[in-house]
Amino acid sequence: VIAIISGIVLAATTAVLPDNVGYVAAAYLVFFALVLIYLVIMASKLARFERETAELLELVDRRDHLPDGAERPREEAAAR
Amino acid sequence: MLYGNRLRTLSIATFVTMTAALALAFFYAPMDADQGFMQKIFYVHVPLAMVALGGFVFGGIAAIQHLRTRDPRWDLRSYVAIHLSLVLGAGVLITGAIWAKASWGHWWVWDEPTLVSFLIVFLLYATYQPMRFSIEDPERQSRYASVFAITAGAFVPLNFLAVRLAQAYTHPRVFATADGGLPPRMQLAFLVALAGMTLLYVTLWRYEMTSKNTSAQLRALRRRLAGDDAVAPAGRSAAPSLPTT
Repeated sequence: VIAIISGIVLAATTAVLPDNVGYVAAAYLVFFALVLIYLVIMASKLARFERETAELLELVDRRDHLPDGAERPREEAAAR
Repeated sequence: MLYGNRLRTLSIATFVTMTAALALAFFYAPMDADQGFMQKIFYVHVPLAMVALGGFVFGGIAAIQHLRTRDPRWDLRSYVAIHLSLVLGAGVLITGAIWAKASWGHWWVWDEPTLVSFLIVFLLYATYQPMRFSIEDPERQSRYASVFAITAGAFVPLNFLAVRLAQAYTHPRVFATADGGLPPRMQLAFLVALAGMTLLYVTLWRYEMTSKNTSAQLRALRRRLAGDDAVAPAGRSAAPSLPTT
């Protein structure tokens, strides 16, 4: 079914689209791919920030729940 | 300074302008009499090139500010501007090669001044990050990088002038040509594409600055909460680091 649909789309576009459409599509795809790669990098950075923020929040929670005079959990944080 | 403040507005403006630029390029601008449909590459290739070169110049201006004020934030601004321009520069070279193949039948033409001069600028800036990485001391690294950014930034307009003065005009001229440049409908599509590309650059620059700023703030927060030992010493890196105290 996919092959038939692809064939129909290809035949229809070949008849309708102007010459050199492949080159134009390739140039625009390169541009959009670059933007997409940048977005993926940004997404991974955002995920890292979320993880670090969660770690710091956990650290604050643990500090808040320690009895007075107890040592702060610096060693654990340092181990990370 | 919070770089994320106007990111939402900028992102929306970028999306709207880029969509309008695509619509104008494909449905409003007339088909080029000489090159036909392949001339549509012009609306992505040339704005990419202009914004990339503008970004290099901005990197130089930020570097001047860094040397004047010794504020590491200016070094970071310069670094991010050059880094982004390099990414766009790679896009310029690839889209240019595709256009060359479609138009002239070759992926690269060595006697075309526009192509070769852009490649020289790109290769010049490609040494920026290795140069930074090769210097261990952060203070010296930022100072040398700023000197490089200023020198290379001054080279960019010279390169642009040299290409304009070159005899073999094979690229379309946009403004101030003897025969009046582009037709008005093509010119409008091009200007909107240029505005969209500029907005995209500014948006990505602010994203990157926000990311670097957040990273520095998180380090500062970790240091305050868990002490100096909790923050691993910053390893050798080409990227400048903002002070975390």
